[in-house]
Amino acid sequence: MPEVIVENVHKSFGMVEVLKGVSLTVERGEVIALIGRSGSGKSTLLRCINGLEKINSGRIEIAGHTVSSDPKQLRALRTDVGIVFQSYNLFPHLSVGENIMLAPKIVKNVAKAQTRETAERVLKLVGLSEKFDAYPDELSGGQQQRVAIARSLAMQPKVMLFDEVTSALDPELTEEVLNVMEQLARDGMTMILVTHEMAFARRVATKTIFMHQGKIWEEGLSKQLFSDPQTPELRQFVKADVK
Amino acid sequence: MILRTFGFSEFGFLVSALLWTVVLTIIALSGGGIVGFFIALARTSTHKWLRIVAATYIQIIQGIPVLMILFLSYYGLSLAGLQLPPLVAAGASMTIYASGYLAEIWRGCIQSVPKQQWEASESLAMTRTQQYRYVILPQALRISLPSTVGFAVQVVKNTSITSIIGFVELARAGQLINNATFQPFRVFIAVAALYFVVCYPLSQLSRWLERRLHARSHR
Repeated sequence: MPEVIVENVHKSFGMVEVLKGVSLTVERGEVIALIGRSGSGKSTLLRCINGLEKINSGRIEIAGHTVSSDPKQLRALRTDVGIVFQSYNLFPHLSVGENIMLAPKIVKNVAKAQTRETAERVLKLVGLSEKFDAYPDELSGGQQQRVAIARSLAMQPKVMLFDEVTSALDPELTEEVLNVMEQLARDGMTMILVTHEMAFARRVATKTIFMHQGKIWEEGLSKQLFSDPQTPELRQFVKADVK
Repeated sequence: MILRTFGFSEFGFLVSALLWTVVLTIIALSGGGIVGFFIALARTSTHKWLRIVAATYIQIIQGIPVLMILFLSYYGLSLAGLQLPPLVAAGASMTIYASGYLAEIWRGCIQSVPKQQWEASESLAMTRTQQYRYVILPQALRISLPSTVGFAVQVVKNTSITSIIGFVELARAGQLINNATFQPFRVFIAVAALYFVVCYPLSQLSRWLERRLHARSHR
């Protein structure tokens, strides 16, 4: 049974249809890269997968949950699905440690000692053990994004979603975030990432999906897709990136 | 009739009346704070009718003079057979007045917390109550401090309106002393000075909080 099933999903913002019947499946442990121009619907698709955007029709299943508009079901889903955003979105009034421990404590009612242990473990994973007591505004963008990843991981998700997580970062900071993600992928996490980092997608993603005008235009094994694009749109997109 | 002169004991009377001004301010801010808090929550609710009710309340309170609220609760209710003592009528009126303004100030503060904070906390499976309690309100509180303290200054000064129904706070005490001494300049300069002594530090506090908030958000 696949970890993620997206079936014929349609989504409109007002009169504009941004997803025009998208279907895909993700197996456990797979890493899927969603690429495409801005406005192609890739970020919207990702946000639909964890219910941040309501779909108009179709069906989405993830980690054994069905995406619905019922708040209780959505919360159950989100304990199993983590998401990291482009703008980090750490809680500025809480320290790094508190950012990470908050949700496990109040949502999953994990004992305090254990949330601390988990927080230290995930912080170590992203290479920021020494920042436990720092506040978000004392960290660089790259560090903040790694904390955001750690905060998601502390919920012990089955699937992780990444929404252009390096787009706001300088190149040298991008690298440290990508390294953390690559490590996660190697450890077998199921991941879907919207990204502009073509080299990263090619190297780390098992499959890459090229979205164009609200549809899956082309998909395939990453290496194949990048080296031998079939559609003129993808060919042009890949070429533009090389330049 | 022998006129008294404005002396030490008269000044003492003003100071003790100032105490009632402060008491009334505290009643208005705590009562208005509690009511205003819930109105602000209703105003930012996901339920449409709650938002409408809260918005209507705020519009009505802000759209009528405090004086009318005061007359309604003092004379209006006494006509209906409910004779409120001046302190209660004054306290209730100032509470209603403060609640309408605090609700609107705090609505703005809640809404100025970036919507990504809602998304991030929602994505961590928090309930709406948890989002408010642990993520949104602590940030809104910090944002709200300068404007809330600034509003407190308005409340201190506006309590003077309750002198109209005979509640003896600072302004009313000034009138009484003036009637006995007929030294309006001395008396009302003393009254004004006493208001200033309370309001000025509050204004400064508000400005200091404002600067600190700015410094923090640009660190």
